[in-house]
Amino acid sequence: MTTTATAIGTTQVYRVYIKTTPQAIWDAITKPEWTERYGYCGRVDYDLRRGGAYTGYSSEGMRAAGAPDIAVDGEVLKVDPPHKLVQTFRMVMDPTMAAQGFTRLTYEIEERKNGVTRLTLTHELEGAPVLAVLMSGGMEDQGAGGGWSWVLSGLKTLLETGQSLDASGHQ
Amino acid sequence: MTDDDLVFKALADPTRRFLLDLLFQRDGRTLTELESELEMTRFGVMKHLRVLEDAGLVVARRSGREKLHFLNPIPIQLLHDRWIGKYRERYASALIDLKSELEDMA
Repeated sequence: MTTTATAIGTTQVYRVYIKTTPQAIWDAITKPEWTERYGYCGRVDYDLRRGGAYTGYSSEGMRAAGAPDIAVDGEVLKVDPPHKLVQTFRMVMDPTMAAQGFTRLTYEIEERKNGVTRLTLTHELEGAPVLAVLMSGGMEDQGAGGGWSWVLSGLKTLLETGQSLDASGHQ
Repeated sequence: MTDDDLVFKALADPTRRFLLDLLFQRDGRTLTELESELEMTRFGVMKHLRVLEDAGLVVARRSGREKLHFLNPIPIQLLHDRWIGKYRERYASALIDLKSELEDMA
């Protein structure tokens, strides 16, 4: 990737269509037994009420590579299961990103025709240019994962096939 | 048409690829901003944006009075997972096999 910080706007929008129910997507975002199976594979802890805490833990692999236990923290701002979740999000595993403070994530889950559900993720990244590069996949070559498009395509694969992207032979 | 067909069709046009590149450089632009970068009528740009939206490559969001257009990279990621990663891995593993064979011979 040749992505640079200046090449990225402060808001990123990702949308994916998944053959599953809104509830299954909601669970896959908010329950640790699901989050450890796709994307960065860290467990999450959500206190699903306004003002509740959000903690994203490092996966075993990340910890083995020297990452701290907690990778991300934040606060739940709005909960409307299984349709809408708004929260803050701060990457704390890296001092530069931690210093850039909280960003805002909005998950919107809408049922469409024929058993398909649309997931739209809006990440407002004002003041957090390093996290913006990370989440747009700009640090993939450094082994930092492919950001949101990688996370959400992994989520789609997991919910549609029951398999992790890694297990199917590529990441 | 399948989702893949819509994405390939959307990408098979230089103006639409140019629009995606514009959004890659700076995301969240209005129709007026995008139109100013092209020698084309507003209607023409709208038509191209519609094809990109239908393919899921562009997501339009309202922000106050404005409609902002965002690049959605996920369809390209899915194409990559389905059509590119697979073939690249085969060549990569062939090269790795060649390397170990040559090393064994030495």
